[in-house]
Amino acid sequence: MSQEHISQKHMNQTLNMCGSGRISGRNSYPAQHAKRRAQCILLSLGALLLASAWLSLSLGSYPTHPLKVLEALVAPATSDIGFIIWELRLPRIVLAILVGAALASAGAILQGIVRNPLASPDVIGITGGASVAAVLFLVSLSTTLSMLWLPVAAILGAFAAALVVFALAWRKGMTPTRLVLVGVGISAAMGAVTTLLIVLSDDTLAMNAYVWLTGSIYAAQWGDIQGLLPWLVLFIPLALLHSRHMDTLSLGDDTATGLGVNVTRSRLLLMICSVALAGSAVAFAGGLSFVGLVAPHIARRLIGRGFALLLPVSALVGGLIVLYADLLGRVAFLPRDLPAGIFVSGIGAPFFVYLLYRIRQ
Amino acid sequence: MLTTRLAKFTGLACGLLFALIAFVASVAFGHTAISTTNLVDAVLHYDPTNIDQIIVRSERLPRAMIAAIVGASLAVAGALMQTMTRNPLASPGILGINAGAMFFVVVSVTLLPLHSPSQYVWAALFGACIAAAVVYLLGRGRHGELSPLRVVLAGVAVTALFVSFSQGLLIIDQEGFESVLFWLAGSVSGRELDMLTPLLPLFLSAAVLCLVLMRHANALLLGDDVVKGLGLSANVIKLLLGLVVILLAGSSVALAGMIGFVGLIVPHMARGLFGVDHRWMLPGCMLLGAGLLLFADVVARFVIPPQEIPVGVMTALLGTPFFIYIARRRLQAA
Repeated sequence: MSQEHISQKHMNQTLNMCGSGRISGRNSYPAQHAKRRAQCILLSLGALLLASAWLSLSLGSYPTHPLKVLEALVAPATSDIGFIIWELRLPRIVLAILVGAALASAGAILQGIVRNPLASPDVIGITGGASVAAVLFLVSLSTTLSMLWLPVAAILGAFAAALVVFALAWRKGMTPTRLVLVGVGISAAMGAVTTLLIVLSDDTLAMNAYVWLTGSIYAAQWGDIQGLLPWLVLFIPLALLHSRHMDTLSLGDDTATGLGVNVTRSRLLLMICSVALAGSAVAFAGGLSFVGLVAPHIARRLIGRGFALLLPVSALVGGLIVLYADLLGRVAFLPRDLPAGIFVSGIGAPFFVYLLYRIRQ
Repeated sequence: MLTTRLAKFTGLACGLLFALIAFVASVAFGHTAISTTNLVDAVLHYDPTNIDQIIVRSERLPRAMIAAIVGASLAVAGALMQTMTRNPLASPGILGINAGAMFFVVVSVTLLPLHSPSQYVWAALFGACIAAAVVYLLGRGRHGELSPLRVVLAGVAVTALFVSFSQGLLIIDQEGFESVLFWLAGSVSGRELDMLTPLLPLFLSAAVLCLVLMRHANALLLGDDVVKGLGLSANVIKLLLGLVVILLAGSSVALAGMIGFVGLIVPHMARGLFGVDHRWMLPGCMLLGAGLLLFADVVARFVIPPQEIPVGVMTALLGTPFFIYIARRRLQAA
């Protein structure tokens, strides 16, 4: 399928060149069409995200009129719901979007590296490593240390797990198959350790840890956003800079080497981006699964396979998914506030199964 | 590998000895040390006023029996799955069958009033069926071939799906959480013999089916064309073997929760000892699987005393290095 697509792209480029020769420098129709389509998709996704955020701001246990929300956003001091909007709902919504974007980009990068649409940070043990570290922190250190250290622990865990997976999958170089299989193994071991920690700790701590594992952005604060945003600002552009390498990697290791790409180095660098994005998202939202798997698939349907566009579209789709999952968790079962993770898997998992079935055909 | 008939018999005898020793150890060792006389008396001259003997009868013996049966079942299920999919990484845990069974048990415990294994075993079997079907459909390539990587990833995705659904249910229904937690992690402790007896017909029918199908499974190893040449249908054999796997894995999960990696490791050990012939390999799997789980269960009592580790955690920690070893060595061609 990828080859088919590549050849099509190649044809487009050839057409493009012919076109520019004949029709005085203008882009040929297919290329221009694709570009306009991409802009259109990016813009409409962005608009959808803003509208959804606005909708989400006005809903909750204390529903407000969307216009009053705008008023409170502009002048929080004079509005009676300024506190609810600025301190309770907005941080949560922004965090949901950021977490979704980070997880989705991590998934898109990883699926590109291993050339397999079933890979994702939760499948190959990155989320598992973060979970072990976070649960360990929650059940043993949370009484002595401030909760501010939880994200640090989770990110360290994610990197440690990724390092172990990489080291064990290394055998005179790295093949995607081995990387994924070793990751699956490590992920299983991490799951066992997490279960062990939960079983050994007392009940309230265990429930806390369990809710964390499901993934929740309950009680998000602006501080969380300050903690997460730098990772996105740093690593998404870094991955974008390597989008050309990513497209070359998708042709296969031999071809990529032939085209002058240092395959192992590019893979390592992109892998670091993926781990950093996934680890930081998990650190602030817990083990939200399926975003990293599903969002890149949806993006690929919308935009095709060119990585430079796939990554931002994935990020937007991921942000939308987590935003709506959290909205559902907040308002669907009032007065209870359920973890967003339940809804992400509830919608994401069946959709994923459907996608998998379609891909095969 | 043992080549002659005599050597294989000796091998099976050693396997039996290993399983028996592990069984006795599982009855004898634990939080309360039990003297040899009490141990023997509990079986032969049971005295209901002696606390040690009560422990042996009501706690240790059922536990050991369940561990033995579950270990043997999971190992045989794993071996059959590896034969069917020609994938050295196949096992009920990795391919999501245990998770499917677990999810439906969680549903029946939290949403329906079903609380004993004899009631929810049907839910477990149903879940195992669903998971197996989904993984098979997803893992199949364009021409019906089952590529190892694709099948494993499909299994992992299905596992993630069922695990996250179960997590959601347990968070919504927090009362169910504590009672199910230890069971979820995979444990053979605190089971009574009454839980085992209603499931025995299932295990027995799986064993009978297994006996009948051993030769057919051997034919399957030679390729679907050979099976066809022998006048059999590969699809029918695979379907029946699949039924055995679902019976074994589903009932095991209903009894003991999520115990992974036994179905992965043991078939490799048995194949290394007895070769690929199912007539030797499957009995080897039964004995080694029973022995391994009993042994892991004994060790799990002594790692962090006085707490017990769920045996499913023990097997996962033992099994992961093995899984990675196979992924690195055996799958180079894939």
